[in-house]
This record gives sequence, structure tokens and C-alpha cells, in this order.
Amino acid sequence: MISTTEFASIARLDNGHKNREVDLAAVDEILDSYKPLAPHALIPILQDVQEHYGFLPEAALDRIGRALDISTTRIFGVATFYNQFRLHPLGKHVIRICRGTACHVKGSAALLDTLEMELNIKAGSTTKDGLFSIETVACIGACSIAPVAMVGDKFHGRLTVKDIPRLVKSLKREDAKGAAEKAVA
Amino acid sequence: MPTVDLTINGREITVEAGTTILQAARLAGFQIPTLCYLSGLSPTGACRVCVVEVEGARTLVPSCAFPVADGMVVRTHTARVRAARTAIVQLLLANHPQECLTCVRNGDCELQTLTRELNIREIPYQGERRLAPVDSSSPAIERDPEKCILCGRCVRVCQEIQNVGAISFTKRGFQSEVAPAYDRQLDITSCVNCGQCIIQCPTGALREHSSVRKVWEWLQDPNMHVVAQTAPAVRVGIGEMFGAAPGGIYTGQLVTALSNIGFDRVFDTNFAADLTIVEEATELVRRVKNNEPLPMITSCSPGWIKYCEHYYPDLIPHLSTCRSPHEMLGALIKSYYAEQYGIFPGNIAVVSIMPCTAKKFETERPELETNGFPSVDAVLTVREIARMIKTAGIDFLNLPPRDFDNPLGTSTGAADIFASTGGVMEAALRTAAFYLTGKELANVDFRDVRGLRGIKEATIKIGDMDVNVAVASGLANAKVLMDQIRKGESPYAFIEIMGCPGGCINGGGMPQGSNVETVRARMRAIYTIDQTKVYRRSHQNPAIRKLYEEYLGEPGSERAHHLLHTTYMARERS
Repeated sequence: MISTTEFASIARLDNGHKNREVDLAAVDEILDSYKPLAPHALIPILQDVQEHYGFLPEAALDRIGRALDISTTRIFGVATFYNQFRLHPLGKHVIRICRGTACHVKGSAALLDTLEMELNIKAGSTTKDGLFSIETVACIGACSIAPVAMVGDKFHGRLTVKDIPRLVKSLKREDAKGAAEKAVA
Repeated sequence: MPTVDLTINGREITVEAGTTILQAARLAGFQIPTLCYLSGLSPTGACRVCVVEVEGARTLVPSCAFPVADGMVVRTHTARVRAARTAIVQLLLANHPQECLTCVRNGDCELQTLTRELNIREIPYQGERRLAPVDSSSPAIERDPEKCILCGRCVRVCQEIQNVGAISFTKRGFQSEVAPAYDRQLDITSCVNCGQCIIQCPTGALREHSSVRKVWEWLQDPNMHVVAQTAPAVRVGIGEMFGAAPGGIYTGQLVTALSNIGFDRVFDTNFAADLTIVEEATELVRRVKNNEPLPMITSCSPGWIKYCEHYYPDLIPHLSTCRSPHEMLGALIKSYYAEQYGIFPGNIAVVSIMPCTAKKFETERPELETNGFPSVDAVLTVREIARMIKTAGIDFLNLPPRDFDNPLGTSTGAADIFASTGGVMEAALRTAAFYLTGKELANVDFRDVRGLRGIKEATIKIGDMDVNVAVASGLANAKVLMDQIRKGESPYAFIEIMGCPGGCINGGGMPQGSNVETVRARMRAIYTIDQTKVYRRSHQNPAIRKLYEEYLGEPGSERAHHLLHTTYMARERS
């Protein structure tokens, strides 16, 4: 007799462990470099793992937990407490909206809202196609051209909500062009 | 031990150095309220409800984490202290669902009590409330994160006492939540369903996944033959649910209450505890003679079993194959009893009344079915059955006592002590000694394996053999013994492990709000019952002898294996 809760759990297991496929050789190497392993090495280990993968893969947390004899849940607690850790890979284009005082006064909240609607994701997450991530920054340090957004390492100043769809469109166009050129080459 | 003199609320008191202000105040007769404080574990000072004023200190200090010092002057209930405590509780209430009337903890909620004691009449703060769905995925434990006040008691007991860590603080600030990793639902984590988190929870945020509604439906269905069975620990815990002092024995009242509620038969899980001992002692003797894996480890505690499957799958061959007692009894009810009384097993509902939440998960294991029917159809905790008794308007404490029904209602004192850490070991030794030497023990009391210590060891002389045994309760303690086995360094032949610290008398299905004294009182009651029984050795139980003669054949027979033994599986750890 399999109860309905068991069926549900099997289904969840499938999509809940999606980044199981990650190659964990780098995690093992990092763990080796911290021997003899002790729980207090957790944060530096997580930092190294994130530096290698760009984020903290779920399977890596399991592996680290096993090695340090700490539950995955506890590591997840640490990884979600500190802003420096990410559980998902960043998108190809990272759009950072400045939420500093000057930008706020100049309407950056509306910029953020518009961008979130345009991409259909919330700040701190990445689109399903892996193209865009939205992040917020406390102050980018370019108050003279507030409100500001950064795409990669480029500044876009004095933005209005109307600029947002254009910005997204131009980034998409750039990608399409790049892909076409690649195909020709 | 060096001592410290201090003044609390004008009263001079001398205490041991290293005592916290909280402990010192309690010794001086002043109760300081707490929420996150957990006796026996390292204090976190997280909730700040226990703050007090210390002369010379710039701020209020958390008394649970602050050690006393010579000449310290402490005030525990000044206007400043009361204002701080009130503000803290008001802030908690501002983020708490205001549904106390329909909450499972209505009437025994620590947050409610604190609100009452602080005489809080309003919640001046208004703002966004953290919303989160209830997680009912586990058959044993329900999580209701909105009712969580983030005291962290469950997290500490899960990590420090049980070494599981299925839940932890996740995220931060307003988003903080006690939850499994990746917001997974509890049923796919390595939660062992022990329910110690429920025992610790001050609110209704953690509670059993209730089967009360289902059981009422069966009781009202004229086509259903509804059979109750009650575990040894239930009789020494249920009185507390009706306001009786801990340690009272209410076996007879419990049977009467169940019968009055409408159960067609009330059997005793103790009968099956005796049966477990006969089967388990037989298995132990067989393992010793045939050179099978030793130490053999007991298998009565389903929280422990799931822990072993997750964390020590390589050591599964050490687990006794005996089903837990209530599953044995369920199997016999659906076979032996059904055949004897001509009742179709599909029309029988077996309801186990247990001090345990892990048995709710256990009973859904497909390998425990009997001839295609679940051996046990529902498991109720002591709290759930007490709620049903109250709903039925029964004056529990004043009920006339009644005996269990036969043929599955007779037991020996060896079965009663199953409720306590060390009890299964002691019961097994009483019978194994007879099986190995053919002689009855003159003294059946094995005091070395009694008491609340986390790990107990003993060397028992059986005939001319010295048998090393060990007993552990609480899974962090079990881990110590298991790591020994894994390294090949275990000196024991037989190990008893119970998932909950102290055993079933402190099980996840027992009354909440207990402490070490409560658990000690329940333990004393259990050994008192043992001492007053006519038979104190499981193999002497006349009803068990009859069962083997009429139905099972010999202990360890093929039919006994089919009905009374089980298999285990390796599970992923998360």
C-alpha cells in the first residue's frame, strides 16, 4: 500500500534534486584542502565552492554535510543567512538596480517594479532561460546620474521606467546577433 | 565547589559558581518566564523574554545565559523588565495568527500562558505577517510555520539530542523560518518522526498529524470492528492530560474510557511486548549459536529504526528482525483473532494508542502488512486520545477501572518496563537467561540498565557466561554505540536503543510541557507496575504460551516469522 503522501514525495524528489548532475570533483578537492575537517571550516569551504561553481549546488551541500557530519539543512541555514551565498547560478546578464538613497528619491523603486514585471521574476532570482538575473545594490556610487542600473560592468544612468523594456530588448537583440554570428563562423 | 553570594529581589542567596541568574532565581523562589530556554542544552539567549535588571549593568541581561557573580544585585520583575518582556511578547503576537480558539494548543500553549501572565491586553504593533503554508506531508508530524516564534528549541533538540538536523533556521530577518533545506517537505527529509520537536514546541507550530477524525468515523460505522491497543507508557502519562500529577497509574481508567468511547475490544500492547521478548530472545540465542551478526540491536523504536536506515544502512544486519510490539499485535488481530472470532480482517480497524509519533509513519510501511491488510490502521498519540476522551464528555480520573479484553490482554511485568530506557534489555535478559541456562533467575532486577543516563553498560552473568550489553536512548547517544560497531570495536553482544531520550516515557506522543522530574515520575510508576505483577518474565505469560500452542508453534517458527518479523531498507540521508 503506497499512500498518497508517498506518491507526492516521489514526485517532489524528482524535481527537488535537479542539480544532482553537477560534477563534484571540485568539491572533493576543496574538502581535501581543509583536512583535518572540522565544522568551523564550513564558511570558507562554502566560499571556495561558490567561487568554483558560481553558486552553491544542492548536491555540493549534501557532500559537504556528509564530510563535516553536519546536516544539509543546517548548511542550507548558513547558506541562506549570509547574503554572499547564492543557491542558483546567475543569469548571463546580471542587472543590478541601485536602491541607494539618491536613486530611491529619483524613483528606483518603480524601475525595479517594471524590470521585475518585464522579466517576470523577483529581485534576487534568475529567468528560467538563464539569460537574466536581477539584483539590488544598496548604493552603486554613481549618485550623480541617479537612478542607476548596471548591466554587467556597464552603467545606465538617468533611467526612466520607459527605458526598461528597451534595455531588455537590446540585450536580447545582442544575444540573437551573437548567436547568428557564431552560427556563420 | 566554590560558591557565590548574590541578592535577588532583596533576598540574599548562596549558589554554586557557574549557576545562571535564571537557575539562581528559581532556587530563591522567583519564576522568570522563558521561551527559548531548554534545560540541559546550551542557552542561546535568543528570545529575551527572561531579561532581568542587574545593578551596574548598562542593559537588561538574559538571565538564562548570564552567570551569577559575587555581590550581584538582581531584580527580576521591575517596571523596566516588565515593559521589555511585554514589548517582546507583543511583537511576537503581532506576527502570530490570532486563531487561538481553534488551535490544537489552545489551553496549553506557552505563548498564551506568557501573554496571560504578563497581563497583555492589546497588540499595539501592526504590520505585515509572515505567511507560510502548513506542511502536512509527513504522516507523523505537521509543521505550521506561521505559528512558529523562532525560539529554536526544536532545532536544538533535533540537532543536539537526536543528531538528525532535519530542520534548522533558514533564511534571515523577516523571512526566517525553521524548516528543512530547500523548503523540502518533511516527508522527504531524514526526519525520523521521533516528535521530540513537538514535545519542545511552545506553540502549535509543530504537532502530530492527527488521525482523530478517521478514528471517530470508524467508531460510528456499524460495519467496522474497532480494536484499540495501548502501549505501556500511555498508562503512566495520560493522567497528566487530565490534570493529575505525573507518575499516576491509570491503566484501568484508560481501558474503561476506550470502551466507553465505543471501541469494540481493548487489547494490551504489553501482550505483544512479552511476545517480542520471546521472539527477540530466541533470535539472540540463534545469532550467538550460528555466528550471525552481533551485537544484535533492538527494533521496538520506529524513530531509531528510521535513523538507522538513513545513517547506518551498512549496519542493518545488526537490527533484530522483530516488528515493534504494536505491529506484532496488529498482525495477530488481523490473523489469529480474526480467524478465531470469524471476523473479516478488512472490517477490523486496529487503532494503536502510543506515546509515539514515529509509529504513525511506521504503520504506513508496506512491509508490515498482514495478508494484504495493514496490521495497524491508525496510531493516536496520548494527546490525541485524551482529546477524544474529553470530546466524549468522560470524567477520566474518576472512572471505575476495567481489565483489558482477552485473548490479547494479559501481560507480565517484563512488558511494562518496555516503556523506559533499559526496560527492553532487562526484559530480554530475564528470558534469555532462562533460554540459555534452562534455569529461572532468582533475581530479575537488573539495576545497572535502569535510570535516565544516555548510555548505560553492564556485564551480566548468565550461567558461566559474561554477557556485555549496552543501552542508549536519544539518537546522539545511539550514534556513539553505532560508530563503535562500524569501527569493529563494539564489545557488546546485545544493545537496546530507544529513539527518545529516556525511552517511550518521554516519547514524542506523550503530554507536552514535561521535564526531567516528570519523566522520572513516569519511570518510577513503570517499575512499580512491574513489581506488582504476578508474572515478571515474558516467557511465563500464560496467554503467550497458549498463543504458541494454538497458533504460532515454536518461537521463531515460520508462521512467527511471517507475522512477527520484518525487513528494513537503506534510505538516503539529507
